[in-house]
Amino acid sequence: MGEDNKKSLGFASRINWSGIVTPLIGIALGLSVGAIFIWSQGVNPLHAYYYLLEGSLLSWASLSGTLVKTVPLALTGLAVLYSYKSEIFNIGAEGQVYMGAIGATIIGINFPNVPAPLHILMVLVFAGILGGAFAFIPGYLKAYKGINEIVVTMLMNYIALYFLSMIVQGPLKEPDSFFPRSVPLVDTAVLPKLFGSHLHIGIVFAVVLAIFLSWFFRRTTTGFKMIAAGHNPNALHYAGVNVKMLLTKVMVVSGFIAGAAGAVEIMGVHGRLIENFSIGLGYDAIAVALLANLSPLGVLLSALFFGALKTGANSMQISTGIPVSFVYMVQAMVILFVVASKEMPRIIAIYNKRRRVKKNG
Amino acid sequence: MGELASVIFTAEFLGNSLRFATPLILAAMGGVVNERTGVLNLGMDGMMLIGAFSAFAGSYFTGNAWMGVLIAVISCLLIGLLHAFCTVTLVMNQVVVAVAINTFSMGLASSLLRTLFGTSTSALRSPGFENIAWPQALQDLPFFGPVLFQQTIFVYIAILAVPTIWWVFFKSTWGLSIRAVGEYPKAAETMGVSVTKVRYLALLFAGAMGGLSGAALSITGLNTFIDNMTAGRGFIAFACIIFGRFHPVGAGLGALMFGLAQGLQLRIQTVGIPMPYQIPIMFPYIITIVLLVAMGSGSVPAGWGTPYYPDEE
Repeated sequence: MGEDNKKSLGFASRINWSGIVTPLIGIALGLSVGAIFIWSQGVNPLHAYYYLLEGSLLSWASLSGTLVKTVPLALTGLAVLYSYKSEIFNIGAEGQVYMGAIGATIIGINFPNVPAPLHILMVLVFAGILGGAFAFIPGYLKAYKGINEIVVTMLMNYIALYFLSMIVQGPLKEPDSFFPRSVPLVDTAVLPKLFGSHLHIGIVFAVVLAIFLSWFFRRTTTGFKMIAAGHNPNALHYAGVNVKMLLTKVMVVSGFIAGAAGAVEIMGVHGRLIENFSIGLGYDAIAVALLANLSPLGVLLSALFFGALKTGANSMQISTGIPVSFVYMVQAMVILFVVASKEMPRIIAIYNKRRRVKKNG
Repeated sequence: MGELASVIFTAEFLGNSLRFATPLILAAMGGVVNERTGVLNLGMDGMMLIGAFSAFAGSYFTGNAWMGVLIAVISCLLIGLLHAFCTVTLVMNQVVVAVAINTFSMGLASSLLRTLFGTSTSALRSPGFENIAWPQALQDLPFFGPVLFQQTIFVYIAILAVPTIWWVFFKSTWGLSIRAVGEYPKAAETMGVSVTKVRYLALLFAGAMGGLSGAALSITGLNTFIDNMTAGRGFIAFACIIFGRFHPVGAGLGALMFGLAQGLQLRIQTVGIPMPYQIPIMFPYIITIVLLVAMGSGSVPAGWGTPYYPDEE
């Protein structure tokens, strides 16, 4: 128990080295397992990984592509991280992103005469509100009724998925279009592009949010309470905090961030609502938050890593024939290794104890 | 309204719904066993995906659909073993492991599809299962013929699996161990039941059923594999278990409900009824959440989702 407390206060208050070393070990092991697969296909793993690197980071064209993929991963990663700080597993980021995207489209295709910064702000806020409202349901059920949030968010992801599909083929469908998609957003709701590339200003939002959350969890009472609510809700309750209300709010804010992430994708990348624009983003976000060891600034780096994997995979496929979907295996292995190596000290302690018990009969 | 109902609720519709429900029932029967031992297994979708792929690939290369099933079951046993090793032996977070397994399975199945079969897979067909050759008289029965006697063997395996699992749960000592481990692992351990062993076996069983379920998707008619073929059916199977309050019969009924919803969606699209086809598919999810709220948190096995640390105070 004492160990646990020290650990949790550790990564909230100062840099800890295991928080940096563990993810690196995970990445190295994950890439090694990937190398075995590449080698089994008769390709030199170093070759393949070189093309992966070249296609993702080594030129401005590829780097900007990577950064475009990094933005939604970082924003949803932060959404997942936010609730996970209180030990609430929001696997509903996927659904909240969809609701946010719907909200973004409703505001983004209207109000052509509002100045751009205000319009973008309106879109973000409304999308966030829809995402937050969607997350309120599992949050409330978890805090007040004790119903497992993992189950509820998982079910709600599908409700959101089909709801979006219905909206984009119904009320928001572009008239006379063959495709299930909305009309384009008005110009004032499109995120400005940076440096003449596809990279949009959403990257700034992600960085600012990560810095803010880093400060928030280190320096504010609310941030501290949130972490405490996950580790020892009873103590917090006796200290006079309304824990149920706090946990519900945590989920709502997490949903707000995810909803806004959906809005950034719509405003920055697609420019209109389309079906299935972010399948699996909510699950990737869990990987991002875990690889970052739940550090908000770390999320930027781990999102960059996963964004680079996804982007570089294309040039790896063209040059070596290793399929793009290969990177999902690497992503999964990285997560397994990171989490396993984090648990390792405890596991070793358990098995040592068991051996001692056996020896002493 | 009556006219509309007679257009929708035909024997063909019910037969299709039963066919749609079959992979869900198979997966849910595997899942309900491991959920009852206290392991939250959201990795069923990955298991089904690997099952669907290896059933197709196995059947394609051996030329025998039964070999495909066998290979699917073996592959999924390996995935179940990985899940068990991570969640039971390494005591890792069960949701994280499931997310990783689903991601890994998606990557592995798509990659192997491309490396083994090249890029144009549309024309590739493997041997598959036909409908069982019941006597023509049975097949021609009005109503019951299309629903019950024009189906593949998987439908009957699924229907038989429900009472079998029920029997194991409530009439056998295995069932007692399974339930004890899920409700109160410490007590089970004191009774001499190994929590580790029971959870391993349950996850392996879930893997085997996931393999069958995947085979029921890929080699019963389509006889091919496409990326993301399960389309979240493993998660639906999980929802069925929740809907059925962790009871095999309830889970089976849940699978039927989801099957009917899918059949209804297809019917709406083919008959051209002016209603968004998404509404019937959304409906079962909403019902499951409402039921979850109505029954409260008490219906979940007490040890569910919490890792068991042997010998830890």
